[in-house]
Amino acid sequence: MSLLEIKDLNVHYGAIHAIHDVSLEVNEGEIVTLIGANGAGKTTILHTISGLHKATSGSVTLEGHDLVKTEPSRIISLGMAHVPEGRHVFAQMTVEENLEMGAFIFSKDKSGIQASMKDVYERFPRLKERRRQLAGTLSGGEQQMLAVGRALMAKPKILLMDEPSMGLSPLLVKEIFKIIEEVHKQGITILLVEQNAKMALSIADKAYVLETGRIKMSGSAKELMSNDDVRKAYLGV
Amino acid sequence: MSLFIQSIINGLNQGAVYALVALGYTMVYGIIRMINFAHSDFIMVGSYTLFYTIPLMVGAGMPAWLSVVVAVAVCVAVGVTVEAVAYKPVRNAGSMSALITALAMSLFLENLALVLFGANPKSVPEIFSLPTLKVLGIILPVKYLVTLSIGLFMMLALHIFVKKTTLGKAMRAVPEDKEASTLVGIHVNKIITTTFAIGSGLAAVAALMYCSTYPRCTTDMGTMLGIKAFIAAVLGGIGSIPGAMLGGILVGLLEILIKVYLAPGWYEAITYSILIVVLLVRPAGILGKNVGEKV
Repeated sequence: MSLLEIKDLNVHYGAIHAIHDVSLEVNEGEIVTLIGANGAGKTTILHTISGLHKATSGSVTLEGHDLVKTEPSRIISLGMAHVPEGRHVFAQMTVEENLEMGAFIFSKDKSGIQASMKDVYERFPRLKERRRQLAGTLSGGEQQMLAVGRALMAKPKILLMDEPSMGLSPLLVKEIFKIIEEVHKQGITILLVEQNAKMALSIADKAYVLETGRIKMSGSAKELMSNDDVRKAYLGV
Repeated sequence: MSLFIQSIINGLNQGAVYALVALGYTMVYGIIRMINFAHSDFIMVGSYTLFYTIPLMVGAGMPAWLSVVVAVAVCVAVGVTVEAVAYKPVRNAGSMSALITALAMSLFLENLALVLFGANPKSVPEIFSLPTLKVLGIILPVKYLVTLSIGLFMMLALHIFVKKTTLGKAMRAVPEDKEASTLVGIHVNKIITTTFAIGSGLAAVAALMYCSTYPRCTTDMGTMLGIKAFIAAVLGGIGSIPGAMLGGILVGLLEILIKVYLAPGWYEAITYSILIVVLLVRPAGILGKNVGEKV
Protein backbone atom coordinates (compact mmCIF):
# COMPACT_ATOMS: atom_id res chain seq x y z
CA MET A 1 0.00 0.00 0.00
CA SER A 2 1.24 3.45 -0.76
CA LEU A 3 2.00 5.80 2.09
CA LEU A 4 0.41 8.85 0.49
CA GLU A 5 -2.18 8.58 -2.21
CA ILE A 6 -3.94 11.31 -4.14
CA LYS A 7 -6.87 10.37 -6.33
CA ASP A 8 -8.65 12.55 -8.89
CA LEU A 9 -7.89 15.73 -7.01
CA ASN A 10 -9.55 18.95 -8.15
CA VAL A 11 -8.83 22.29 -6.52
CA HIS A 12 -10.29 25.71 -7.20
CA TYR A 13 -9.17 29.21 -6.27
CA GLY A 14 -12.49 31.00 -6.47
CA ALA A 15 -13.57 30.53 -10.06
CA ILE A 16 -10.17 29.37 -11.23
CA HIS A 17 -9.84 25.63 -11.66
CA ALA A 18 -6.24 25.23 -10.53
CA ILE A 19 -5.80 21.46 -10.26
CA HIS A 20 -7.44 19.02 -12.68
CA ASP A 21 -7.93 15.34 -11.80
CA VAL A 22 -4.48 14.88 -10.32
CA SER A 23 -3.62 11.43 -9.03
CA LEU A 24 -0.30 10.49 -7.55
CA GLU A 25 1.20 7.97 -5.24
CA VAL A 26 4.12 8.03 -2.87
CA ASN A 27 5.34 4.70 -1.53
CA GLU A 28 7.18 4.25 1.69
CA GLY A 29 10.90 4.89 1.36
CA GLU A 30 10.69 6.74 -1.94
CA ILE A 31 11.75 10.19 -2.98
CA VAL A 32 9.02 11.37 -5.31
CA THR A 33 9.34 14.68 -7.07
CA LEU A 34 6.74 16.90 -8.62
CA ILE A 35 8.27 19.18 -11.22
CA GLY A 36 6.79 21.88 -13.36
CA ALA A 37 6.99 25.53 -14.27
CA ASN A 38 5.95 28.48 -12.14
CA GLY A 39 2.18 28.49 -11.67
CA ALA A 40 1.73 24.87 -12.70
CA GLY A 41 0.03 24.16 -9.37
CA LYS A 42 2.77 22.36 -7.46
CA THR A 43 2.42 24.38 -4.30
CA THR A 44 -1.37 24.20 -4.48
CA ILE A 45 -1.15 20.40 -4.45
CA LEU A 46 1.10 20.43 -1.38
CA HIS A 47 -1.17 22.95 0.35
CA THR A 48 -4.15 20.74 -0.36
CA ILE A 49 -2.37 17.67 1.01
CA SER A 50 -1.61 19.59 4.22
CA GLY A 51 -5.12 20.95 4.50
CA LEU A 52 -4.13 24.60 4.05
CA HIS A 53 -6.34 24.68 0.99
CA LYS A 54 -9.62 22.84 0.57
CA ALA A 55 -10.02 20.35 -2.26
CA THR A 56 -13.11 20.64 -4.46
CA SER A 57 -13.21 16.91 -5.08
CA GLY A 58 -10.99 13.88 -4.92
CA SER A 59 -9.22 12.25 -2.04
CA VAL A 60 -5.91 12.52 -0.23
CA THR A 61 -5.08 9.61 2.04
CA LEU A 62 -2.11 9.07 4.31
CA GLU A 63 -1.91 5.45 5.45
CA GLY A 64 -5.65 5.17 5.06
CA HIS A 65 -6.45 8.44 6.88
CA ASP A 66 -8.53 10.79 4.78
CA LEU A 67 -6.59 14.07 5.00
CA VAL A 68 -9.32 16.10 3.30
CA LYS A 69 -11.55 15.43 6.29
CA THR A 70 -8.82 15.90 8.88
CA GLU A 71 -8.50 19.13 10.83
CA PRO A 72 -5.31 20.67 9.29
CA SER A 73 -3.46 21.12 12.57
CA ARG A 74 -3.91 17.41 13.33
CA ILE A 75 -2.27 16.20 10.12
CA ILE A 76 1.24 16.50 11.49
CA SER A 77 0.31 14.04 14.26
CA LEU A 78 -0.40 11.46 11.54
CA GLY A 79 3.26 11.52 10.58
CA MET A 80 3.47 14.10 7.83
CA ALA A 81 5.48 17.30 8.05
CA HIS A 82 5.60 20.08 5.50
CA VAL A 83 8.50 22.41 4.77
CA PRO A 84 6.68 25.29 3.10
CA GLU A 85 7.83 27.32 0.13
CA GLY A 86 9.71 30.40 1.24
CA ARG A 87 10.75 28.69 4.50
CA HIS A 88 8.14 30.38 6.73
CA VAL A 89 10.26 30.28 9.84
CA PHE A 90 8.93 32.27 12.81
CA ALA A 91 11.13 35.29 12.22
CA GLN A 92 10.62 36.99 15.60
CA MET A 93 11.35 33.82 17.53
CA THR A 94 14.74 32.31 18.23
CA VAL A 95 16.11 29.32 16.36
CA GLU A 96 15.55 27.18 19.42
CA GLU A 97 11.96 28.37 19.82
CA ASN A 98 11.32 27.58 16.16
CA LEU A 99 12.51 24.03 16.76
CA GLU A 100 10.35 23.78 19.87
CA MET A 101 7.35 24.84 17.81
CA GLY A 102 8.25 22.07 15.36
CA ALA A 103 7.74 19.64 18.22
CA PHE A 104 4.50 21.30 19.31
CA ILE A 105 2.61 18.00 19.08
CA PHE A 106 5.05 16.47 21.57
CA SER A 107 4.97 19.45 23.91
CA LYS A 108 4.39 17.27 26.98
CA ASP A 109 7.48 15.18 26.29
CA LYS A 110 10.22 17.62 27.27
CA SER A 111 13.05 15.06 27.26
CA GLY A 112 11.94 13.76 23.86
CA ILE A 113 12.08 17.31 22.51
CA GLN A 114 15.58 17.75 23.92
CA ALA A 115 16.69 14.55 22.20
CA SER A 116 15.21 15.59 18.84
CA MET A 117 16.78 18.98 19.19
CA LYS A 118 20.16 17.38 19.79
CA ASP A 119 19.71 15.37 16.58
CA VAL A 120 18.81 18.47 14.61
CA TYR A 121 21.78 20.37 16.01
CA GLU A 122 24.07 17.47 15.09
CA ARG A 123 22.78 17.55 11.55
CA PHE A 124 22.92 21.34 11.35
CA PRO A 125 25.76 22.60 13.56
CA ARG A 126 25.16 26.09 12.21
CA LEU A 127 21.77 26.15 13.88
CA LYS A 128 23.32 25.20 17.19
CA GLU A 129 25.74 28.13 16.94
CA ARG A 130 22.81 30.43 16.33
CA ARG A 131 20.25 28.90 18.60
CA ARG A 132 19.61 32.09 20.57
CA GLN A 133 19.42 34.26 17.47
CA LEU A 134 16.10 35.39 15.99
CA ALA A 135 15.27 33.25 12.98
CA GLY A 136 14.62 36.36 10.89
CA THR A 137 18.29 37.30 11.15
CA LEU A 138 19.52 34.05 9.57
CA SER A 139 20.69 33.83 5.97
CA GLY A 140 18.45 32.17 3.38
CA GLY A 141 20.34 28.89 3.54
CA GLU A 142 20.27 28.83 7.32
CA GLN A 143 16.55 29.56 7.31
CA GLN A 144 16.02 26.65 4.96
CA MET A 145 17.97 24.41 7.32
CA LEU A 146 15.86 25.68 10.19
CA ALA A 147 12.67 24.97 8.24
CA VAL A 148 13.84 21.42 7.59
CA GLY A 149 15.00 21.03 11.19
CA ARG A 150 11.67 22.31 12.47
CA ALA A 151 9.84 19.75 10.34
CA LEU A 152 12.11 16.95 11.57
CA MET A 153 11.27 17.83 15.18
CA ALA A 154 7.84 16.28 14.58
CA LYS A 155 9.50 12.93 13.69
CA PRO A 156 7.60 12.54 10.43
CA LYS A 157 7.31 9.43 8.29
CA ILE A 158 6.90 11.59 5.24
CA LEU A 159 8.23 15.04 4.53
CA LEU A 160 6.70 17.40 2.00
CA MET A 161 9.25 19.87 0.71
CA ASP A 162 8.22 22.86 -1.34
CA GLU A 163 10.98 24.47 -3.43
CA PRO A 164 13.73 24.03 -0.87
CA SER A 165 16.31 25.38 -3.33
CA MET A 166 14.45 28.59 -4.03
CA GLY A 167 16.56 31.71 -3.80
CA LEU A 168 19.71 29.88 -2.77
CA SER A 169 23.15 30.04 -4.36
CA PRO A 170 24.23 27.02 -6.47
CA LEU A 171 26.56 25.89 -3.71
CA LEU A 172 23.76 25.98 -1.13
CA VAL A 173 21.40 24.24 -3.52
CA LYS A 174 23.83 21.34 -3.60
CA GLU A 175 24.01 21.35 0.17
CA ILE A 176 20.23 21.33 0.52
CA PHE A 177 19.92 18.39 -1.86
CA LYS A 178 22.59 16.56 0.10
CA ILE A 179 20.52 17.18 3.22
CA ILE A 180 17.41 15.82 1.51
CA GLU A 181 19.27 12.65 0.62
CA GLU A 182 20.56 12.27 4.16
CA VAL A 183 17.10 12.74 5.61
CA HIS A 184 15.84 10.15 3.17
CA LYS A 185 18.56 7.66 4.16
CA GLN A 186 17.33 8.03 7.70
CA GLY A 187 14.13 6.37 6.55
CA ILE A 188 11.92 9.35 5.83
CA THR A 189 9.81 9.29 2.67
CA ILE A 190 9.97 12.49 0.66
CA LEU A 191 7.63 14.30 -1.67
CA LEU A 192 9.68 17.06 -3.25
CA VAL A 193 8.33 19.94 -5.28
CA GLU A 194 10.98 21.69 -7.35
CA GLN A 195 11.55 24.05 -10.20
CA ASN A 196 15.11 22.86 -10.32
CA ALA A 197 14.11 19.74 -12.25
CA LYS A 198 17.64 18.60 -12.93
CA MET A 199 18.58 18.39 -9.27
CA ALA A 200 15.23 16.96 -8.29
CA LEU A 201 15.34 14.20 -10.89
CA SER A 202 18.89 13.34 -9.96
CA ILE A 203 17.89 12.28 -6.43
CA ALA A 204 14.31 11.07 -7.00
CA ASP A 205 12.99 7.57 -7.55
CA LYS A 206 9.81 8.64 -9.24
CA ALA A 207 8.62 11.87 -10.82
CA TYR A 208 5.48 13.60 -11.97
CA VAL A 209 5.48 16.46 -14.44
CA LEU A 210 2.78 19.03 -13.80
CA GLU A 211 1.59 21.47 -16.46
CA THR A 212 -1.20 24.00 -15.88
CA GLY A 213 -2.74 21.90 -13.15
CA ARG A 214 -2.60 18.54 -14.93
CA ILE A 215 -0.19 15.63 -14.65
CA LYS A 216 1.46 15.63 -18.04
CA MET A 217 3.85 12.74 -17.53
CA SER A 218 5.00 10.40 -14.86
CA GLY A 219 7.48 7.62 -14.47
CA SER A 220 10.75 6.73 -12.89
CA ALA A 221 13.13 9.66 -12.54
CA LYS A 222 15.59 7.92 -14.89
CA GLU A 223 12.97 7.56 -17.63
CA LEU A 224 11.91 11.17 -17.39
CA MET A 225 15.45 12.40 -17.38
CA SER A 226 16.03 10.79 -20.74
CA ASN A 227 12.66 11.83 -22.16
CA ASP A 228 13.10 14.37 -24.97
CA ASP A 229 10.15 16.57 -24.02
CA VAL A 230 11.28 16.78 -20.42
CA ARG A 231 14.85 17.48 -21.47
CA LYS A 232 13.75 20.32 -23.71
CA ALA A 233 11.19 21.90 -21.41
CA TYR A 234 12.74 21.42 -17.98
CA LEU A 235 16.35 20.50 -18.26
CA GLY A 236 17.31 23.04 -20.89
CA VAL A 237 19.20 20.53 -22.98
CA MET B 1 8.22 66.92 48.47
CA SER B 2 5.48 65.02 50.23
CA LEU B 3 3.04 66.25 47.57
CA PHE B 4 5.31 64.86 44.90
CA ILE B 5 5.60 61.46 46.58
CA GLN B 6 1.86 61.45 47.14
CA SER B 7 1.32 62.13 43.45
CA ILE B 8 3.67 59.36 42.44
CA ILE B 9 1.77 56.94 44.69
CA ASN B 10 -1.56 57.98 43.22
CA GLY B 11 -0.15 57.90 39.71
CA LEU B 12 1.24 54.40 40.12
CA ASN B 13 -2.08 53.18 41.46
CA GLN B 14 -3.90 54.71 38.52
CA GLY B 15 -1.24 53.55 36.07
CA ALA B 16 -1.43 49.96 37.26
CA VAL B 17 -5.11 49.86 36.32
CA TYR B 18 -4.41 51.38 32.91
CA ALA B 19 -1.58 48.93 32.40
CA LEU B 20 -3.72 45.91 33.15
CA VAL B 21 -6.42 47.10 30.77
CA ALA B 22 -3.77 47.93 28.16
CA LEU B 23 -2.51 44.36 28.46
CA GLY B 24 -5.90 43.12 27.35
CA TYR B 25 -5.80 45.31 24.24
CA THR B 26 -2.24 44.41 23.45
CA MET B 27 -2.67 40.66 23.79
CA VAL B 28 -5.60 40.52 21.40
CA TYR B 29 -3.95 42.95 19.01
CA GLY B 30 -0.72 41.00 19.18
CA ILE B 31 -2.40 37.85 17.98
CA ILE B 32 -5.10 38.90 15.52
CA ARG B 33 -4.07 42.47 14.72
CA MET B 34 -7.42 43.76 15.83
CA ILE B 35 -8.36 46.40 18.37
CA ASN B 36 -10.96 44.82 20.58
CA PHE B 37 -12.97 47.91 21.50
CA ALA B 38 -15.32 45.79 23.57
CA HIS B 39 -12.46 45.07 25.95
CA SER B 40 -13.25 48.16 28.02
CA ASP B 41 -16.82 46.91 28.38
CA PHE B 42 -15.54 43.61 29.73
CA ILE B 43 -14.30 45.71 32.66
CA MET B 44 -17.80 47.08 33.09
CA VAL B 45 -19.13 43.50 33.06
CA GLY B 46 -16.52 42.58 35.65
CA SER B 47 -17.44 45.54 37.85
CA TYR B 48 -21.15 44.75 37.83
CA THR B 49 -20.31 41.15 38.63
CA LEU B 50 -18.36 42.40 41.63
CA PHE B 51 -21.24 44.65 42.64
CA TYR B 52 -23.68 41.74 42.65
CA THR B 53 -21.41 39.03 44.09
CA ILE B 54 -19.58 40.89 46.88
CA PRO B 55 -22.66 41.01 49.17
CA LEU B 56 -23.17 37.29 48.55
CA MET B 57 -19.53 36.54 49.31
CA VAL B 58 -19.55 38.62 52.45
CA GLY B 59 -22.89 37.10 53.44
CA ALA B 60 -21.33 33.67 53.12
CA GLY B 61 -18.53 34.75 55.40
CA MET B 62 -15.88 34.95 52.68
CA PRO B 63 -13.55 37.88 51.98
CA ALA B 64 -15.02 40.35 49.47
CA TRP B 65 -12.09 40.17 47.06
CA LEU B 66 -12.84 36.50 46.36
CA SER B 67 -15.64 37.79 44.14
CA VAL B 68 -12.94 38.38 41.57
CA VAL B 69 -13.00 34.64 40.88
CA VAL B 70 -16.63 34.93 39.80
CA ALA B 71 -15.84 38.10 37.85
CA VAL B 72 -13.01 36.34 36.01
CA ALA B 73 -15.32 33.46 35.11
CA VAL B 74 -18.05 35.81 33.86
CA CYS B 75 -15.63 37.97 31.86
CA VAL B 76 -13.94 34.95 30.29
CA ALA B 77 -17.34 33.59 29.29
CA VAL B 78 -18.37 36.96 27.82
CA GLY B 79 -15.04 37.45 26.05
CA VAL B 80 -14.95 34.00 24.50
CA THR B 81 -18.58 34.29 23.43
CA VAL B 82 -18.04 37.70 21.84
CA GLU B 83 -15.06 36.28 19.96
CA ALA B 84 -16.95 33.22 18.74
CA VAL B 85 -20.19 34.97 17.84
CA ALA B 86 -19.00 38.32 16.52
CA TYR B 87 -15.30 38.33 15.66
CA LYS B 88 -14.64 34.89 14.27
CA PRO B 89 -17.11 35.23 11.37
CA VAL B 90 -15.40 38.43 10.16
CA ARG B 91 -11.83 37.32 10.81
CA ASN B 92 -10.96 37.05 7.13
CA ALA B 93 -13.12 39.96 6.02
CA GLY B 94 -10.49 42.66 6.45
CA SER B 95 -9.44 44.89 9.31
CA MET B 96 -12.18 47.48 8.73
CA SER B 97 -14.95 44.92 9.24
CA ALA B 98 -13.27 43.68 12.39
CA LEU B 99 -12.95 47.22 13.72
CA ILE B 100 -16.60 48.05 13.09
CA THR B 101 -17.70 44.75 14.61
CA ALA B 102 -15.68 45.52 17.71
CA LEU B 103 -17.28 48.97 18.03
CA ALA B 104 -20.70 47.42 17.54
CA MET B 105 -19.99 44.82 20.23
CA SER B 106 -18.92 47.59 22.59
CA LEU B 107 -22.18 49.52 22.04
CA PHE B 108 -24.18 46.32 22.31
CA LEU B 109 -22.66 45.39 25.67
CA GLU B 110 -23.16 48.89 27.06
CA ASN B 111 -26.78 49.00 26.01
CA LEU B 112 -27.45 45.48 27.18
CA ALA B 113 -26.04 46.51 30.55
CA LEU B 114 -28.33 49.53 30.56
CA VAL B 115 -31.32 47.25 30.09
CA LEU B 116 -30.16 44.70 32.64
CA PHE B 117 -28.77 46.94 35.38
CA GLY B 118 -30.50 50.28 34.80
CA ALA B 119 -29.03 53.73 34.33
CA ASN B 120 -28.41 54.50 38.01
CA PRO B 121 -24.79 54.17 39.11
CA LYS B 122 -24.19 51.34 41.53
CA SER B 123 -21.93 51.66 44.49
CA VAL B 124 -19.55 48.73 44.85
CA PRO B 125 -19.05 47.64 48.47
CA GLU B 126 -15.60 47.90 49.93
CA ILE B 127 -13.31 45.24 48.49
CA PHE B 128 -10.28 45.48 50.73
CA SER B 129 -10.94 46.60 54.29
CA LEU B 130 -7.38 47.67 54.88
CA PRO B 131 -6.03 50.59 56.89
CA THR B 132 -4.67 53.79 55.44
CA LEU B 133 -1.18 54.69 56.55
CA LYS B 134 -0.05 58.22 57.17
CA VAL B 135 3.67 58.78 57.05
CA LEU B 136 5.14 62.30 57.13
CA GLY B 137 1.97 63.73 55.69
CA ILE B 138 1.79 61.17 52.90
CA ILE B 139 -1.43 59.21 52.68
CA LEU B 140 -0.84 55.64 51.68
CA PRO B 141 -3.92 53.41 51.56
CA VAL B 142 -2.64 49.87 51.96
CA LYS B 143 -5.07 48.77 49.27
CA TYR B 144 -3.00 50.77 46.78
CA LEU B 145 -0.08 48.54 47.60
CA VAL B 146 -2.31 45.51 47.14
CA THR B 147 -3.63 46.60 43.75
CA LEU B 148 -0.18 47.62 42.60
CA SER B 149 1.21 44.23 43.61
CA ILE B 150 -1.66 42.41 41.90
CA GLY B 151 -1.02 44.43 38.76
CA LEU B 152 2.72 43.82 38.76
CA PHE B 153 2.22 40.15 39.50
CA MET B 154 -0.25 39.69 36.64
CA MET B 155 2.02 41.47 34.18
CA LEU B 156 5.07 39.51 35.19
CA ALA B 157 3.20 36.22 35.15
CA LEU B 158 1.84 36.96 31.70
CA HIS B 159 5.24 37.99 30.42
CA ILE B 160 6.83 34.78 31.66
CA PHE B 161 3.92 32.72 30.37
CA VAL B 162 4.28 34.11 26.84
CA LYS B 163 8.07 33.86 26.86
CA LYS B 164 8.57 30.47 28.46
CA THR B 165 5.62 28.12 28.06
CA THR B 166 4.78 26.14 24.96
CA LEU B 167 1.29 27.64 24.85
CA GLY B 168 2.75 31.12 25.20
CA LYS B 169 5.21 30.46 22.40
CA ALA B 170 2.39 29.18 20.21
CA MET B 171 0.59 32.44 20.97
CA ARG B 172 3.58 34.28 19.54
CA ALA B 173 3.92 31.93 16.58
CA VAL B 174 0.33 32.29 15.37
CA PRO B 175 0.40 36.04 14.56
CA GLU B 176 3.74 35.62 12.83
CA ASP B 177 2.63 32.93 10.47
CA LYS B 178 -0.76 31.24 10.61
CA GLU B 179 0.09 28.72 7.90
CA ALA B 180 3.36 27.63 9.41
CA SER B 181 1.63 27.43 12.80
CA THR B 182 -1.01 25.12 11.37
CA LEU B 183 1.67 23.01 9.72
CA VAL B 184 3.45 22.39 13.02
CA GLY B 185 0.16 21.36 14.59
CA ILE B 186 -1.03 24.52 16.32
CA HIS B 187 -4.81 24.86 16.18
CA VAL B 188 -4.98 28.56 15.33
CA ASN B 189 -8.58 29.09 16.41
CA LYS B 190 -7.98 27.49 19.78
CA ILE B 191 -5.02 29.79 20.36
CA ILE B 192 -7.13 32.83 19.48
CA THR B 193 -9.87 31.70 21.85
CA THR B 194 -7.29 31.18 24.60
CA THR B 195 -5.96 34.68 24.01
CA PHE B 196 -9.43 36.15 24.34
CA ALA B 197 -10.01 34.17 27.51
CA ILE B 198 -6.81 35.49 29.07
CA GLY B 199 -7.48 39.05 27.92
CA SER B 200 -11.01 38.99 29.32
CA GLY B 201 -9.84 37.45 32.59
CA LEU B 202 -7.39 40.34 32.91
CA ALA B 203 -10.32 42.72 32.46
CA ALA B 204 -11.98 41.19 35.52
CA VAL B 205 -8.83 41.70 37.57
CA ALA B 206 -8.62 45.27 36.27
CA ALA B 207 -12.23 45.75 37.37
CA LEU B 208 -11.28 44.65 40.87
CA MET B 209 -8.38 47.09 40.97
CA TYR B 210 -10.44 49.92 39.53
CA CYS B 211 -13.40 49.39 41.87
CA SER B 212 -11.20 49.22 44.94
CA THR B 213 -10.19 52.83 44.22
CA TYR B 214 -13.34 54.13 42.51
CA PRO B 215 -16.17 52.00 43.90
CA ARG B 216 -18.84 52.93 41.40
CA CYS B 217 -20.14 51.20 38.34
CA THR B 218 -21.99 52.73 35.45
CA THR B 219 -22.71 51.12 32.12
CA ASP B 220 -20.31 53.45 30.30
CA MET B 221 -17.55 53.27 32.90
CA GLY B 222 -15.34 51.38 30.47
CA THR B 223 -15.32 54.08 27.82
CA MET B 224 -12.82 56.58 29.20
CA LEU B 225 -10.81 53.89 30.93
CA GLY B 226 -10.69 51.97 27.68
CA ILE B 227 -9.56 54.94 25.63
CA LYS B 228 -6.81 55.78 28.08
CA ALA B 229 -5.65 52.19 28.31
CA PHE B 230 -5.71 51.88 24.54
CA ILE B 231 -3.56 54.99 24.28
CA ALA B 232 -1.26 53.51 26.91
CA ALA B 233 -0.96 50.34 24.84
CA VAL B 234 -0.14 52.31 21.69
CA LEU B 235 2.29 54.53 23.58
CA GLY B 236 4.17 51.53 24.96
CA GLY B 237 4.10 49.77 21.61
CA ILE B 238 0.96 47.81 20.82
CA GLY B 239 1.48 44.08 20.75
CA SER B 240 4.22 44.30 23.36
CA ILE B 241 3.48 43.14 26.90
CA PRO B 242 6.24 45.15 28.59
CA GLY B 243 5.12 48.06 26.39
CA ALA B 244 1.60 47.90 27.79
CA MET B 245 2.96 47.94 31.35
CA LEU B 246 5.22 50.87 30.65
CA GLY B 247 2.56 52.78 28.71
CA GLY B 248 -0.04 52.29 31.43
CA ILE B 249 2.23 53.43 34.23
CA LEU B 250 3.39 56.43 32.19
CA VAL B 251 -0.12 57.59 31.36
CA GLY B 252 -1.18 57.19 35.00
CA LEU B 253 1.81 59.13 36.31
CA LEU B 254 1.55 61.86 33.68
CA GLU B 255 -2.11 62.42 34.36
CA ILE B 256 -1.69 62.82 38.09
CA LEU B 257 1.47 64.92 37.90
CA ILE B 258 -0.07 67.31 35.38
CA LYS B 259 -3.25 67.47 37.42
CA VAL B 260 -1.31 68.42 40.53
CA TYR B 261 1.43 70.64 39.16
CA LEU B 262 0.26 72.19 35.89
CA ALA B 263 -3.43 72.53 35.21
CA PRO B 264 -6.07 70.36 36.83
CA GLY B 265 -8.67 71.11 34.15
CA TRP B 266 -6.28 70.45 31.31
CA TYR B 267 -4.64 67.24 32.42
CA GLU B 268 -6.15 65.09 29.72
CA ALA B 269 -5.39 67.56 26.95
CA ILE B 270 -1.78 67.93 28.06
CA THR B 271 -1.25 64.20 28.63
CA TYR B 272 -2.47 63.35 25.18
CA SER B 273 -0.52 66.13 23.52
CA ILE B 274 2.61 64.60 25.00
CA LEU B 275 1.53 61.23 23.67
CA ILE B 276 1.03 62.63 20.20
CA VAL B 277 4.55 64.03 20.28
CA VAL B 278 5.95 60.69 21.42
CA LEU B 279 4.14 58.88 18.64
CA LEU B 280 5.38 61.38 16.08
CA VAL B 281 8.93 60.56 17.10
CA ARG B 282 8.36 56.83 17.62
CA PRO B 283 5.34 55.71 15.61
CA ALA B 284 5.66 52.11 16.77
CA GLY B 285 5.54 53.19 20.42
CA ILE B 286 8.29 53.21 23.02
CA LEU B 287 8.96 49.47 23.09
CA GLY B 288 7.26 48.59 19.81
CA LYS B 289 9.30 47.21 16.98
CA ASN B 290 8.99 49.04 13.75
CA VAL B 291 8.66 45.97 11.57
CA GLY B 292 8.32 46.69 7.90
CA GLU B 293 5.70 44.62 6.14
CA LYS B 294 7.38 41.85 4.21
CA VAL B 295 6.49 41.93 0.54
